[in-house]
Amino acid sequence: MGARPGHAVGVEQPEGLRPRGRGRFGPFGGQFVPETLMPALEELEQAYRAARRDPAFRKDLAQILSRYVGRPTPITAAERLSEAVGARVYLKREDLCHTGAHKINNTVGQLLLARRMGKQRVIAETGAGQHGVATATAAALLGIKAEIYMGAEDVARQALNVYRMRLLGAEVHTVTSGSRTLKDATNEAIRDWVTNVRHTYYAIGSVVGPHPYPTMVRDFQAVIGREARRQMLAAGGLPTHVVACVGGGSNAMGIFHAFRRDPVALVGVEAAGEGLDTPRHAASLSAGTPGVLHGAFSYLLQDGDGQIRLAHSVSAGLDYPGVGPEHAHLASTGRAEYHAVSDADALAAFHELSRLEGIIPALESAHAVAWVWSRRGQWPAGARVLINLSGRGDKDVEQVAAQQGPGAPGGGGSDGRSHA
Amino acid sequence: MGDLMHEAVTGGRARLTGVQRLDAVFRARPTAALMPYLTAGYPDLARLPDLLAALAAGGADAVELGVPFSDPLADGPALQAAATAALAAGFTLDGLWAVLDRVLGTYSLPVVLLTYVNPILAHGAARFVERAAGAGVAGLIVPDLPWAEAAPLRRLTRQRGMALVPMATPNSPPAHLKDIRSGDGFVYGVSVTGVTGVRDQLAPDVLAFASRLKEAVGLPVAIGFGISTPDQAAQVGTVADGVIVGSALVSALMQDPRHAAQVATTRVRALARALKGGRGEGGKTR
Repeated sequence: MGARPGHAVGVEQPEGLRPRGRGRFGPFGGQFVPETLMPALEELEQAYRAARRDPAFRKDLAQILSRYVGRPTPITAAERLSEAVGARVYLKREDLCHTGAHKINNTVGQLLLARRMGKQRVIAETGAGQHGVATATAAALLGIKAEIYMGAEDVARQALNVYRMRLLGAEVHTVTSGSRTLKDATNEAIRDWVTNVRHTYYAIGSVVGPHPYPTMVRDFQAVIGREARRQMLAAGGLPTHVVACVGGGSNAMGIFHAFRRDPVALVGVEAAGEGLDTPRHAASLSAGTPGVLHGAFSYLLQDGDGQIRLAHSVSAGLDYPGVGPEHAHLASTGRAEYHAVSDADALAAFHELSRLEGIIPALESAHAVAWVWSRRGQWPAGARVLINLSGRGDKDVEQVAAQQGPGAPGGGGSDGRSHA
Repeated sequence: MGDLMHEAVTGGRARLTGVQRLDAVFRARPTAALMPYLTAGYPDLARLPDLLAALAAGGADAVELGVPFSDPLADGPALQAAATAALAAGFTLDGLWAVLDRVLGTYSLPVVLLTYVNPILAHGAARFVERAAGAGVAGLIVPDLPWAEAAPLRRLTRQRGMALVPMATPNSPPAHLKDIRSGDGFVYGVSVTGVTGVRDQLAPDVLAFASRLKEAVGLPVAIGFGISTPDQAAQVGTVADGVIVGSALVSALMQDPRHAAQVATTRVRALARALKGGRGEGGKTR
């Protein structure tokens, strides 16, 4: 896929918005929510600040992460993949977290906070269902009632995750408004929160939404990068590149954060879907424009009147028309670069990693693998590439089999891109 | 006397700013102002002039005109559905400006535009405000632009004499109520913690909320969200300076879009009568 790094460089502060202030990353971020939610965001920010300073909270979180989630997750030196692409490739194994993805790092943190705030009820939005499952899991662990909003399209596509959430004791609300996907599930969760704000905690699943969510979710996910940095140093030195897929961007912020002051290239990989020159993609940074969606000023997919466009990706977890405001800032300062990978290339990488390493990646994470793969043979000598393998692909196997036919998994080797 | 005032204002409208026209709506009136809400572009933009005329004919005092948005997170099902239908019918901002340019010059009531913040940013805030003011729009209500984020937009609206209407909710802290004292036009009091929509009953504490708000903000207070029936409007009107009815009216239009203008006049007339009857019994006896 044609790389368009730095598309967002030098974005000017739009007229009509405050240039900076609380909860801003450069001009990005902020709190664009109904007035009803402002006291709740203030309460949340104060509670979060107090919690992170509280040794008891930190100890509770650390114990759950180690004894329940299964942290630290290892890094794996991907020997055969390294040989195939011509660089040392390491995988940060978030696929080994309980529930199969990094999402749980955030939900155990937020639900501990909800319990500390005395909230009896937690709501969440979910697209593919991974954040919904992670929320339902943490809610079961902590004895909190969870209600999950999920678009009708996704409920149909991800029936297994709907069942998992119900099995875990959560209630799943099917959202039939708008495009019936993640963006509308998020709208509906916000409407619920506006209505039940006094006793309900809203657990956002990515580094999106109004302040303090982008910062708080990043902080809860930053454990990924802290571990990975230590592990890389122990394995011979810092990576030259850290690569992660970006939908809303929580796994990417989680791994980038610890490396932000290191001489390390930070690479975010968005979903180019059927191509950036078509309307069917989800690459907000590579091909979007600045605007406000779900409470934050960031990059998003929209038309000239500011109506939000539908996103598309083969990977439901990247199928979102916005991106976290800190990514918009990292793109605009040039500290991170953002590229986009097509559905077809992500599917090919899904097969390559399965075959080469015995690791079936989530289709989301396969985008990061695909970008590394796309540079095969071009990596400079001494390149050490760390990929955040944000989730495992069991959830995607049925979809891939249905698209490609179970008898013909992807073809063989580098030019076996059989996906039509 | 209210009518005389209204005539005078209408006659001299060309020299009045949007803020002044809104002030005139609330000045020295014996009963609460009726402010019906329409989704612009529902059923389609071509019928907006007739619908605006229908609201005036029914006895409205000001109009709140909603700009359809793809992701209206402060709206309940009725206004979401109307916005979705309007967008599907081809609504564009340029189309709206074309209609308002043609109509508002001779329209008797001040029109306040309700829009989410992203369409404003997409057009460029200065250009949006310029376009709205040029068309004769009296003010803006932006439900996802809290007062803490509103100062830059407010500078732009003030330059054009337009009101940027602050909102207050039952859970607004005293500091917010103090901040919005410097607002223009009126304060939009949201009667419930929740989204727009028809409700069987008024929030139990809505009258107390309205009077607390009036005392705190020193501006006229119009109450909206969940006010549906003439009786409910009359009850709220005993305390509030203005009553906003949105979802109930739009739902009625959606049940009979072919006769939208007649439906609008009938509904607004019933609400206006109830408000002028005052003291809460008006709606029930008619």
